[in-house]
Amino acid sequence: MNRRDFLKGTIVVIAGAAVPLSSLEFFDPCEVLAVNPGIHWAFLVDTYKCVGCGFCVKACKLENDVPLEAKVTRTWVERYVYTRDGHQYVDSPDGALQGFPEPRIDMGLGEFKEIEPDNVGKAFFVPKLCNHCDTPPCTQVCPVGATYKNDEGVVLVDRSWCIGCGYCIMACPYGARYFHPVYKVADKCTLCYHRITKGLPPACVEACPFGARKICNIQDSNDPVTRLILSERVGILKEEFGTRPQAFYIGLTAEVR
Amino acid sequence: MKNHVWRPLSVALALVAAILLFRYFYVPKDFGSGKYGFMYSYHRQADEEQWKNMPVRYQNTGGQQMHESCRECHAEEVAGRTKELHGIIACEDCHGPARNHPDDPETLPVDRGRDLCLRCHTSLSYITSDRKRIPGIDAKEHNPGSECVECHNPHNPRLEDMQR
Repeated sequence: MNRRDFLKGTIVVIAGAAVPLSSLEFFDPCEVLAVNPGIHWAFLVDTYKCVGCGFCVKACKLENDVPLEAKVTRTWVERYVYTRDGHQYVDSPDGALQGFPEPRIDMGLGEFKEIEPDNVGKAFFVPKLCNHCDTPPCTQVCPVGATYKNDEGVVLVDRSWCIGCGYCIMACPYGARYFHPVYKVADKCTLCYHRITKGLPPACVEACPFGARKICNIQDSNDPVTRLILSERVGILKEEFGTRPQAFYIGLTAEVR
Repeated sequence: MKNHVWRPLSVALALVAAILLFRYFYVPKDFGSGKYGFMYSYHRQADEEQWKNMPVRYQNTGGQQMHESCRECHAEEVAGRTKELHGIIACEDCHGPARNHPDDPETLPVDRGRDLCLRCHTSLSYITSDRKRIPGIDAKEHNPGSECVECHNPHNPRLEDMQR
């Protein structure tokens, strides 16, 4: 060993020893996240609590500049009625903008189905909205990069960049997108991004008198709604599509898709 | 290679260069992907700010918060509300978004229509839904043509307190 090699080796050993042992400790990612939770918005719908009043639809349209009379809506409420003689009916007149003011089922094309009150076996309401999927097919198909999932988990549409081709409207398996009749672009639920980033609940959540709609940061395990999602028996819609929806539902049946 | 190859090829290459040049100036510089990668989140970053800056219309009167924000001027109506009955309904559900009320708009609409009440109080025989807890009427038989608020006080709907 010559003097050059000896000095080199000494420097390497001293430099290595200078690294404090504590910096080599492995971090538990769970612990780090619990202290500094990131933001990932998720939605919870409790179908047991929904009575079909449609205040959420009205609030959403007024908050987000969706024309009331247009037959499009960012959120809607579906009514499921199972009769004792073995039939199933689903309707959502005008997306339940006026709630469900009549017991008869809207079959579409101006047809209605009267159901005797004695014949109703099971019946319930399911509010629907964009699921803000973790692998959203709608953003995949956009040819111009106008729709995207942002780092907080919200799927948004860039109105100045959208060319209105409608691919995303076709791609969404949940029918959560539509063509905005005024702005002439694809439009969808934004989870009221302008409200949740200011600490306000989305308009539909605020409008729901029964607490059927809730929003949470699913990365914050101290959030009471996150705890509900983690502890209740929640379901998601159309799991087989592999879209990994971030809207969770309490009280689904197989017919709710 | 011969001239008949080079000449059309140069046109094609010039076209590609022109398109790339146009794209370079046309596409905003802040285009990029986020946490979810190129497939799901390739977008113009400034758009997120634009969504954040949309105007807020509903002023968070849900739950019990309306007691704080609306009570100052509308003490009588707020005090009459019962927590277990119509107290759960946000003021703005019936009166519309407050925006900057009382500055702009100065007054909020008072909707006296039957439709507003029938959202919840249409009789639907759905015993498996929470709808069963809400008293319902048949709109065609229960005093058709008259406004609900002629008899019922929407802020305090208790039948015992009803004044005819």
